Amino acid sequence: MFVAKVVGSVWATRKHPDLKGGKLLLVKPVEPVSGEYAGATALALDGGVGAGVGDTVLVLDEGGSARKVIKNDNAPVRTLICGVLDSVHSGGKDKKYA
Amino acid sequence: MKLARVCGRVFCTRQEAAVEDKKLLLIQPLDWDTGKETGSPLVAGDCVGAGSGEKVFYVASREAIVAYQNCYEAGCGTALPPVDAAIVGIVDGYQLDGL
Repeated sequence: MFVAKVVGSVWATRKHPDLKGGKLLLVKPVEPVSGEYAGATALALDGGVGAGVGDTVLVLDEGGSARKVIKNDNAPVRTLICGVLDSVHSGGKDKKYA
Repeated sequence: MKLARVCGRVFCTRQEAAVEDKKLLLIQPLDWDTGKETGSPLVAGDCVGAGSGEKVFYVASREAIVAYQNCYEAGCGTALPPVDAAIVGIVDGYQLDGL
């Protein structure tokens, strides 16, 4: 899993039948403690968490577990938003994201 | 899932049996932030009927085969196609404002 910031959204009417029902959000990986961007933007499916643009979220990056989370073995999804971050504590430093 | 633009189609007379009735499109990966081309074009199986020039998003590796799972279970096709990239959606529009 990696920490990322939701930087945008995508709307697509014609898509794979098993991707319907989930929001498509653009997430950009960030360094958890400092909050700086660290990676390329990817498109993630919102697994019912209700994340919006500007939130810092936890993104799952593996297909098998992503399919378990949305309980659909036919869903071709790998990057799935599975949580909204409140704060990160590491090496004595604390970073609030609320 | 990554952004790409459909820039062609691939036809082959001799190919793997499972890929025969699948549409293969040539796509050029794009970067979400800038929209510029990143990397070289690749061939992807098409699950949503994308046309040439359209912006699509695709999945790679294991998820590409999973994309064909439901139509295989519904009885179309002899076996799961050995593809490593599959187009799973046509982008109507996208918005980047959190940067």
